[in-house]
Amino acid sequence: MSALTDLTIAQSRIGLEKREFSARELTDAHIRACEDARELNTLVAETFDHALERADAADKRLAAGEDGLLEGVPIAVKDLYCTQGIHSTACSRILDGFEPPYESTVTENLWRQGAVMLGKANMDEFAMGSANVTSYYGNVINPWRRRSDNKPLVPGGSSGGSASAVAAHLALGAIGTDTGGSIRQPAAFCGIVGLKPTYGRCSRWGMIAFASSLDQAGPLTRTVEDAALMLSAMAGYDPKDSTSVNLQVPDYRAALTGDINGLRVGIPAEYRLDGMPAEIDTLWRQGVDWYRDAGAEIIDISLPHTKYSLPTYYIVAPAECSSNLARYDGVRYGLRETGGDLTHMYEKTRAKGFGAEVQRRIMIGTYVLSAGYYDAYYLKAQKVRTLIARDFEQAFAKVDVLLTPTAPSAAFAIGEKMDDPIAMYLNDIFTVPASLAGLPGISVPTGLSEDGLPLGLQLIGRPFEEGALMNAAQFLETVAQFTVRPPYLTGGV
Amino acid sequence: MAIDKATVLRIAKLARIEIEDEATDGLADELNAILTWVEQLSDVDTEDIVPMTSVVAVKAPQRTDNVGEATPRDELLADAPEEEDGFFVVPKVIE
Repeated sequence: MSALTDLTIAQSRIGLEKREFSARELTDAHIRACEDARELNTLVAETFDHALERADAADKRLAAGEDGLLEGVPIAVKDLYCTQGIHSTACSRILDGFEPPYESTVTENLWRQGAVMLGKANMDEFAMGSANVTSYYGNVINPWRRRSDNKPLVPGGSSGGSASAVAAHLALGAIGTDTGGSIRQPAAFCGIVGLKPTYGRCSRWGMIAFASSLDQAGPLTRTVEDAALMLSAMAGYDPKDSTSVNLQVPDYRAALTGDINGLRVGIPAEYRLDGMPAEIDTLWRQGVDWYRDAGAEIIDISLPHTKYSLPTYYIVAPAECSSNLARYDGVRYGLRETGGDLTHMYEKTRAKGFGAEVQRRIMIGTYVLSAGYYDAYYLKAQKVRTLIARDFEQAFAKVDVLLTPTAPSAAFAIGEKMDDPIAMYLNDIFTVPASLAGLPGISVPTGLSEDGLPLGLQLIGRPFEEGALMNAAQFLETVAQFTVRPPYLTGGV
Repeated sequence: MAIDKATVLRIAKLARIEIEDEATDGLADELNAILTWVEQLSDVDTEDIVPMTSVVAVKAPQRTDNVGEATPRDELLADAPEEEDGFFVVPKVIE
């Protein structure tokens, strides 16, 4: 039998049911892995005692034959999710020490299905970032290293701790959140699977809000099947989130039939960028060939407003963030700085509590929503957003899924792309459009860069058709045979 | 429109973030770069286009207006930076 930390979620469930090992043994193995990997800085709060208690409870339910979908499966939870009585800070200084008196709906759903929490995963502050370099608790290290030098690499972001933990086999799976690519891009950078479901598929209740019309919960796993299992447990209507959608949650694993014959795969012309690295282009063409050779129909399509997606996003997301983050005032929870009158207390608290990128986005958002500029920026952006969504609608009249690269590059070194905010924003160029349209997207690792780093392809699907999307993704996973292990696991770091 | 130092200070005031005087020039440059970059949206013809107000096409759900369970006061106050006699404490507002 392979090491317990090398199992997939699906394999671990079989092992648990057959009593090949206990949930306690499985959790224990992952706790040891987490302890040995503290240098990666993936967890900002370790909840090992809590995990062992949950594992013992899982063993009891397994013995009684009452096990849930994820009974005994140890996972990491992005620090953006509120977990009752446990560190929940969105990795911001302004929430340092915050232990909420309530539990988020998505984590509640996971615990009901028996999942075991190992700890809270590091992330970019308030999910604002693409490299996990804005966390109050320090940078996360990617378990991969490039061949050309041995510099520590970023895991991507904002769900960087979740992605790094799953890639380094510290957890069998993790949950992240995706606003403009925060699940898919780190999944690609770390060589794992990352799924952003349709907006409304999972409840946002208890997720610390960044941009409410974009935020969505999703799983990061090592296989597509595991993503299907996790989504089945996470998803569902929640009366506490009026934007969650009252639709039946299908058995996503049953949708993985392996049959893609006749699947219509759209290739959007606008995603072929000038100056795109040749290896990204090669990876994409390889993906097209795989589908074509397997009997899928390849259809060239156009999404004409693609190039306006990032500028639209960088109006809409900061606008919503400036509104959502207005609640951090030093009165009811979190950091408080003292100073003169009430207004001065707010100003000092927010200056000290928010990092540079968060302040920058609050400022942009405040400006575009301020009197005299609202129509020129925010209203304009929401109109362009309508056009971006319409592009996708028209495309999905002709195709079933869209195939694109996930990110324009492989993981980069910590410290690179730091001087220019816009250079950092370009990381999300392929993931932001689907976010603006609310569509589900998944990243699957399909190859290595010349420098030995994982690269991912993204599939975008129709609203609420995550099953069909994951079926198409599983084909990619099967044919790509991405089995290379990160250097961190093979002693290369 | 270029953002000058005075505008940076005005936005910071609206956003309730204290800005060090020496940081305003740098912030003005950064905000200008981002706003110039998003300016390309003016190339898009949005005449007669309805702004997006709902991401997925579903009717907002309705529920009966029942009184639910409230979080106990002690639990809420446990996270407060300063509390007294069951209240949040803030600097004096009325002289």
